[in-house]
Amino acid sequence: MSKPRQRVERIFPPPGPSAEAPSVDTGGASAVEPRSGADGSPSAGGFDSVDAISFAEDGLRTATDDGARVNDFAFKVGTVNGTGSASANSLLLQAIFRMGIPVSGKNVFPSNIQGLPTWYEIRVNGAGYTARTPDFDLVVAMNPSTFARDVAEVRPGGWVLHDSSWPFDEALRREDVAFVGIPLGRMCVNAFAGSRERTLMKNIAYAGALAALLDLDLGEMGRIIRDDFARKPKLIDSNFTALHLGYDYAREHFACPLPIRLRRMDATRGCVMMDGNTAAALGCVYAGATVGAWYPITPSTSLMDAFGAFCARFRTDAATGARRYAIVQAEDELSAAGIAIGAGWAGARAFTPTSGPGISLMGEFIGLAYYAEIPAVFFDVQRTGPSTGMPTRTQQGDLMALAYASHGDTKHLVLFPSDPAECFHMAVQAFDLAERFQTPVFVASDLDIGMNDWMIPRLAWDDAYRPDRGKVLSADELEGIAKFSRYADGDGDGIAARSLPGVHPAGAYFTRGSGHDRDAAYTEDAAAYQEVVDRIARKLRGAASAVPAPEIRRAPGAELGIVAVGSGHGAVREAVDRLAERGVPLDYLRVRGFPFDASVHAFLEERETTFVVEQNRDGQLRALLLLETGIAGARLASIRDYGGVPLSARRVVDGVLSHLSMVEA
Amino acid sequence: MTSIAKPPIRHPGLERNALGLTRRDYEGAMSTLCAGCGHDSVTAALVQALFEMSVTPHRVAKLSGIGCSSKTTAYFLRQAHGFNSVHGRMPSIATGVGAANRALTLVGVSGDGDSLSIGLGQLCHAIRRNVDMLYVLENNGVYGLTKGQFSASADVGSKAKRGEANLQQPMDPVLLALTLGATFVARGFSGDKEQLVPLLKAGLAHRGFALVDVVSPCVTFNDHEGSTKSYLSTRKRHRDVAPVDFVPLGREITASYGAGEALSVTMHDGSRVRFRKLADDYDPTDREAAYRHVSRAQAKGEVVTGLLYVQPGAPEMHALAGTVDEPLVDLPFEALCPGSAALDELMAELG
Repeated sequence: MSKPRQRVERIFPPPGPSAEAPSVDTGGASAVEPRSGADGSPSAGGFDSVDAISFAEDGLRTATDDGARVNDFAFKVGTVNGTGSASANSLLLQAIFRMGIPVSGKNVFPSNIQGLPTWYEIRVNGAGYTARTPDFDLVVAMNPSTFARDVAEVRPGGWVLHDSSWPFDEALRREDVAFVGIPLGRMCVNAFAGSRERTLMKNIAYAGALAALLDLDLGEMGRIIRDDFARKPKLIDSNFTALHLGYDYAREHFACPLPIRLRRMDATRGCVMMDGNTAAALGCVYAGATVGAWYPITPSTSLMDAFGAFCARFRTDAATGARRYAIVQAEDELSAAGIAIGAGWAGARAFTPTSGPGISLMGEFIGLAYYAEIPAVFFDVQRTGPSTGMPTRTQQGDLMALAYASHGDTKHLVLFPSDPAECFHMAVQAFDLAERFQTPVFVASDLDIGMNDWMIPRLAWDDAYRPDRGKVLSADELEGIAKFSRYADGDGDGIAARSLPGVHPAGAYFTRGSGHDRDAAYTEDAAAYQEVVDRIARKLRGAASAVPAPEIRRAPGAELGIVAVGSGHGAVREAVDRLAERGVPLDYLRVRGFPFDASVHAFLEERETTFVVEQNRDGQLRALLLLETGIAGARLASIRDYGGVPLSARRVVDGVLSHLSMVEA
Repeated sequence: MTSIAKPPIRHPGLERNALGLTRRDYEGAMSTLCAGCGHDSVTAALVQALFEMSVTPHRVAKLSGIGCSSKTTAYFLRQAHGFNSVHGRMPSIATGVGAANRALTLVGVSGDGDSLSIGLGQLCHAIRRNVDMLYVLENNGVYGLTKGQFSASADVGSKAKRGEANLQQPMDPVLLALTLGATFVARGFSGDKEQLVPLLKAGLAHRGFALVDVVSPCVTFNDHEGSTKSYLSTRKRHRDVAPVDFVPLGREITASYGAGEALSVTMHDGSRVRFRKLADDYDPTDREAAYRHVSRAQAKGEVVTGLLYVQPGAPEMHALAGTVDEPLVDLPFEALCPGSAALDELMAELG
């Protein structure tokens, strides 16, 4: 292997003026206690205990080590899809996590199997702020086709790590960033034989270089590689070789580490890295779901993959191999919905994971389940719409579609998880609610939560949990019944008792989506029809206080409010802290369920202006709030971000400040 | 109205089946279809078949989509749950019900609009999954509830009531099912109950997807001269490949046939289907031969009926999926939830 002769170069970039001063960053202790304080997840407040780190005055830079920023930076890797960079990026993420440092990874990938550009963004933040940031301190520019764009994205004063095997286009050089050239390709060509291995190992080599540049613990990386390839020892050797190619080269030629660097801390204890689809699938297993029906669609596919894998482990008879679950890959989403509804009608806990286009196709069936009162759980892992849209980008574009899915008068229970931990718990809740209220229940996740790895507190399970099966009449209860009226309100709560097929002849009834009376008999009579639909409306009103209650955090002296939903939580939490430092305290409400609980309306009534933050073009959450609470539109200011990448705190801070300056002007 | 609400009086002389039930116990609500509708005859044949098979009424799930045919699930087995779902989507509902509770007997009733147009994909994939069910396709070549439009099974040249002829190629559910690998394919005629009842019984006994296509004339919109799905036309053109006897498990075959004249196929539950006097060396266990026979006859303008193909040993949906024998709905929560220790272990593995 050739070793280019190159002198050790100091690569502190020129101190150039910040063209676009990042308006957001961590300020350490938060004025408002994060919700996660109670459940053991890392809290911003916990950062104080790490005494090696202090904050620069402007709240932007964490300074120690001669002005270096420790555990507070972001970098981005630009590669070509299908070249094996995912494992290198995952290696980086996991190793940082194992160093005890809060971290997040956002995969910005194309709808493609091989060849299109793909990026992986990693944010390291000792204070636990791990929402996406658009401010990159370093970019690993491995993809020639996006090189110019990648270089342009580095903040002034940042670094570009690139493969110096190739001629460098001087036209792309920026004077305000430092270029770290490492001959990754050449070194891998010399070290490895096959072309596939050379391509793959180039990724591990940049991970090795980053380890040197960022002071990433090489030992952790080695342990991860050993664990991952425990069954393929040959690959362990290749990975180690590649890791050292990058690491050694960087150490020999550059002053390592850079002023952005990692230092072991203890803020990830009790946590795991997990994606929301895996967590939701685990929730389905724990809730006792037995029938899963689906049609493959990005970004929901991995939910059923995970359900299958967990069931293979937990629900397969060790002796016979027989399965205590059924997964049906349907011919389309209409069928997937029908299978879930058929299974729910027969008494199983059944679900289907999908995304926006699937929800559209399921529309007719959703109306049937609503009107015929059949439980089923739908996971909508939202992506950028409308139509096919950008299927590998995130959005919260289905809020309106879910709330009133189908034709006629319908309204649905929708749960909004903000992270994978909530995906797990809300999956379980969704089955309880679906059976208690005998209606379809939607879990509105999104691509960011579903497919990216998030740091969450370890999931725990209460063995005392028993499913809420709702009002289901047993054979004994039916035996003594004078007359079974499927759709009569026996208890005054709008929920009629149901019977399951095959249990008792006295429970037989005819389920139909056509007009029916309290006895489930066909009707075209106005009064008989209205009796049933009015009861369903009553039932749904009752559900408002049963869906997960909003999370409310109040700030001392706040005159303004802010409302968010789902995956926007991390960015909004960070923005709220940042704005408080700037003298703009905000009361924060995070919507977790629909129909809205009374506390949502009360929160909006408390103050003149509330910001509504969401990731869609038309302000769908705001529209729902207007419709459902009757609050005046002028009192809800909208902050929207819908380009397909996860929300950043900067976007929220800018949105609030620009609204306030407009109001003042 | 072809039937009226009958008083629940049981004449002591009524015939009883092995469960001690009479035919009346297999009936349902009053039909709201037109007088003379073929579908009511199919309903009557289903009542007869279920009665003779001594099926426990409340252990049946009756499933349907939308249309005249799909209404008929209300007209039999009042003691069983029925599910009149959405247009063309009954096969997915059936798949879900069957997945959840494999101990139920699933009886699906659909029509040619429901199965061959809006729900064609669902029918095809239920066949591919080999959902364990009896699927009756009441085929009249026309949309009744929307007043007489051609359906996808209308024959070329068949005329609508107003006189215009269908010019598009028809779909034949029998040929379709044979192509898709269906494990039980039969065709009957609503006007021939003697033939239809054994076909339905064999379909109920079959483990897997049993398609019974029944030519069932629409008296209001498609029973005129010029229609190929009228009573008259069907009576003239239908050719039974062989009269079929359904012989329940443990029952002796009493009739005797000459050597080579009859063929007996043993079903999954041990019952047997006996083909009498097979036409033209017809072999109902040979898929390609069945396809050839039906399509050749069709070219001659004949409608081949009978039990056209049967493959009793093929694995149905649960066998293909490797599911436990016990219905999933009957599994206790403890058998489904891995518990806190397993989750702790999993979390430890993750980090």
